[in-house]
Amino acid sequence: MRQTDRHFKFDWITILLFFMLAGFGWLNILSASHSGEIVDYFSFSEFYGKQLIFIVLSVVLITLILSIDSKFYERFSSIIYLASLLSLVGLFIFGKSINGATSWYDLGGMTLQPSEFAKAATALAVAKYVSDLQTDIKQFKHQLRIFVIIVIPAFLILLQKDAGSTLVYGAFFFVLYREGLPKIYLILGTLLIVLAICALKFGVILTIGIASIIVLSYYFTLKKRPSFLQPLLTLLIALLVAFGVRYTYDKLLPVHQKDRITIWLSLEKDADKLEKMKKEAAYNLLESEKAISSGGFKGKGFMEGTRTTGKFVPEQHTDYIFTTVGEEWGFIGSFSVVLIFVLLILRILHLSEFQKSQFSRVYGYSVGAILFIHFLINIGMVMGLIPTIGIPLPLFSYGGSGLWGFTILVFIFVKLDSNRINEW
Amino acid sequence: MRQILLFLSVIIVGIVFTARLFYLQIYNSKSNSIFDDNAIRKVYDYPKRGFVYDRNGTLLVANQPSYDVMVIPREVEALDTLEFCQLLKIDKARFISQFEKAKHYSWRIPSSFVSHLSKEDYAVLQEKMRKYKGFHIQKKSLRQYETTIGANVLGDIGEVNNRDIKNDPYYNLGDLIGKQGVEKSYEEILRGRKGIKFIQKDRFNRNIGLYNEGKNDTLPKQGKDIKITIDSDLQAYGEWLMQNKRGGIIAIEPATGEILAMIAAPTYNPNDLVGRKRSKNFNKLLRDTIAKPLFNRSLQGVYNPGSPFKLMNALVALQENVVSTNDRIVCQNGYKFGNRFMGCHCGGGSRDMVLGIQKSCNAYFANLYRKILDKNGNASNGINVWSNHVKSLGLGNYLNNDLVVGQKGRIPDRNYYKNAYPREFYSTYTLSNAIGQGEVATTPIQLANMTAAIANRGFYYTPHIIKSIEGEVLPENFTKPKYTTIDKKHFEPVVEGMYQVYKNGTASGLQIKDIEICGKTGTVENFAIIDSVRTQLTDHSIFVAFAPKDNPKIALAVFVENGYFGSRFAGRVASLMIEKYINKTISRKDLEEWLLTHSLENEYAKPQSGKPFKINREAEYQIIPLEENTMFPDKSNIKLLP
Repeated sequence: MRQTDRHFKFDWITILLFFMLAGFGWLNILSASHSGEIVDYFSFSEFYGKQLIFIVLSVVLITLILSIDSKFYERFSSIIYLASLLSLVGLFIFGKSINGATSWYDLGGMTLQPSEFAKAATALAVAKYVSDLQTDIKQFKHQLRIFVIIVIPAFLILLQKDAGSTLVYGAFFFVLYREGLPKIYLILGTLLIVLAICALKFGVILTIGIASIIVLSYYFTLKKRPSFLQPLLTLLIALLVAFGVRYTYDKLLPVHQKDRITIWLSLEKDADKLEKMKKEAAYNLLESEKAISSGGFKGKGFMEGTRTTGKFVPEQHTDYIFTTVGEEWGFIGSFSVVLIFVLLILRILHLSEFQKSQFSRVYGYSVGAILFIHFLINIGMVMGLIPTIGIPLPLFSYGGSGLWGFTILVFIFVKLDSNRINEW
Repeated sequence: MRQILLFLSVIIVGIVFTARLFYLQIYNSKSNSIFDDNAIRKVYDYPKRGFVYDRNGTLLVANQPSYDVMVIPREVEALDTLEFCQLLKIDKARFISQFEKAKHYSWRIPSSFVSHLSKEDYAVLQEKMRKYKGFHIQKKSLRQYETTIGANVLGDIGEVNNRDIKNDPYYNLGDLIGKQGVEKSYEEILRGRKGIKFIQKDRFNRNIGLYNEGKNDTLPKQGKDIKITIDSDLQAYGEWLMQNKRGGIIAIEPATGEILAMIAAPTYNPNDLVGRKRSKNFNKLLRDTIAKPLFNRSLQGVYNPGSPFKLMNALVALQENVVSTNDRIVCQNGYKFGNRFMGCHCGGGSRDMVLGIQKSCNAYFANLYRKILDKNGNASNGINVWSNHVKSLGLGNYLNNDLVVGQKGRIPDRNYYKNAYPREFYSTYTLSNAIGQGEVATTPIQLANMTAAIANRGFYYTPHIIKSIEGEVLPENFTKPKYTTIDKKHFEPVVEGMYQVYKNGTASGLQIKDIEICGKTGTVENFAIIDSVRTQLTDHSIFVAFAPKDNPKIALAVFVENGYFGSRFAGRVASLMIEKYINKTISRKDLEEWLLTHSLENEYAKPQSGKPFKINREAEYQIIPLEENTMFPDKSNIKLLP
């Protein structure tokens, strides 16, 4: 029967969108990293050459992933997860530091970043645990265990000073919420973020003052009032959180991170000082906004971007690759990239909802959520919507580990999805 | 509903990103031109500015290299400041202030440290330059005047101002542009076209190569050399004679309309406006609001023409057929009209036209003027007819030539008088016009052009300064004769009259052996407002002449302010200049010496002195020693500024 023919069960839309991004990403790496004439597209001494090799190798990787039986991923998820944790721990002994982060293994001539693979491993582990018949996500005990599964790799990565990659693990919140995590977490989480931003922007006293008015007026409108201790306790916790945030900002954060938040929330009152700070601390942001802006509607054309050629934007081939799109392909190109990302993520989420097995659904949801967080933080940062956080743009940014990490992440799901008919 | 959260988040983020992209790239986008792209450095390649030669091929204006010491503050290393300051001839305070200025401008981009080094300083400095890290020498091109004369003709170049940039986007800040004279009127030809290179910068402002492989770059186009109509010997001679006097001289070749000499006195050395001293000297010239050395009297000085204008009235009278050359008019030492009287110095007696011109008889021309205006019994009509004839010789309007400054002068018509005489209008109302006083006003170049038209017997070429441009044809405006409304036959009696002026008349003392000169003196009353009182000053001395009488080679008009009789200063100058141009040598050294030893500076000081003063015949000559004059200007005499 035609449907049993493996090749035609793969979701070709996902695969097409995936390769569109990888291909267009490579063109932009080529533009951002070439200097002078291009002699060899596979030159191993150039970023674009390496990336092209990585892309070709990822095809091999895909073939491998798709040819393994889909049951393998579910059955071996715990082992994959543990192996991944081991690779992260190993960094403390054998790791190599680049730009202050100890996130790489040096394999003689090339480096490997285990955190890029840990995302897929954690996603598998979470899927496995949540889909276990014993697991009830409504129970605090189980919630705690899931939390531990997620936090261990995140914490290890944070210890290696890669704050950006740690944030990605926040993506699992969406997954757990989808699987039935109580609403209170969403409400509390949102409140915490609002509280933290207010504490920074308006100061602790004003924030808590307003919070008290809201909480108390709510308390007194209730017909059946619980003990007065409850609102008091709530406010006390809010006060502690606000103080904590403020203290972290004032005293604990390194200067460069503090400046990023200052600029993002315009916390500096003196306009001149803020302007100066922008020029110094947010040089990257200033240049990246300028580069995107200079593209206009149609862009300057492939390899014609003067700011790209002049290397005005630092790290343009990695975290700031989107600026090349902005400058050379203009609004049309940038919008297309945003659109393809949105379509890819929605496609994956959509497919997840159709999975028969909970394991596949949870895993697929994790893939979509992880891609979404990367997409949100990276492009948001490059366009100055959120504070500067170092995180690559999936499939676009230069890097073998990143590319392969996402390849594995996405294609395990493609494999799982292709098998949904056999799930019974 | 739990499924919705992430779906919705993705879509909302997609929309927010699109909105942000729209804001950055469309709403807030800057122009995409490479000229506005600050990642591209625009480097201009300035072509050689064209040279200026005189009509005989003598080089007047060339270029000279100028050397600026530039500094890149970031690259400066510890140096022997004392020695460096000595080499640059600056003091330490200046060193520090210049260095601060450069640092303030940019750490990485070169800025000018000391500009316009002399060749000598450059030679010394060049040897030691490598010792001073971060400093380098940049070559620039300045104008080099091979002469000390013709400042008002040649003009000068200076940096463009904001208005120049706005008028012509070709110019950038710091570019040089012709400011006066030929440099201004032939700016586009002399300057050529600068080339431009687009260079890709990186974020440290370093050059990292050509933009777009140099496909947008252009090569500079060299400026063209030009030849001007000035005879530099004649120009130099005229300027030399006009020392210690104020006024203007224009000499024209009647057969072509080429301006042989254009003298404005007082003048200055064009080398004063080159390089480091330019702004200081320019301000000095600009602030001299009494002598006004920047005021080109030969083009901008508007004076009553005085008696030379009688020639004009004679021509109109003949053309309008209100008089024949033999008609005689009796002068009774003046002309009586109604209860008023116009005096005359001619001595009285019966005059025909030639004698009238020769003696410059006021009564004769008053008669003629009235006859012209009253020809049809309607002076309102008559004055318009008269005005049109006069204007056909180029008076009363801009000459529309290639000189950057000029004045219209004034030839009145009925319309001009409509406020003064709204109803009745009689010929006697404007009788002063008969003798070139009253409302008629001309500039020296207009009067010289009128003389050239008389010399040509009925036509003139628009006076112009350009002789030839490398590989270009002169505009038709300069090569096509313009015919006056006066018939050719009417010129002969006037020419004869002018000839008699020299032979037997008011300029008989200024004859040159073997040259038949035709001329006309003029002595023009003039007034100044001193402490709100209209006060008469010594008359202006005016002279127009052409020579030789047949086949004329030169026509000129000389104005000497407050020089009294036309023959006294202007006549002498005119006579000497004609001799200089035609014979190339001066036989009458006494005349030359008289002019050089007679200064009018005292005369010019009178209105400012605040004391009462005497004018005209009661004023005394101011004699100065010959040595107080500068040497005759030639090339050995160029004094570069200290």
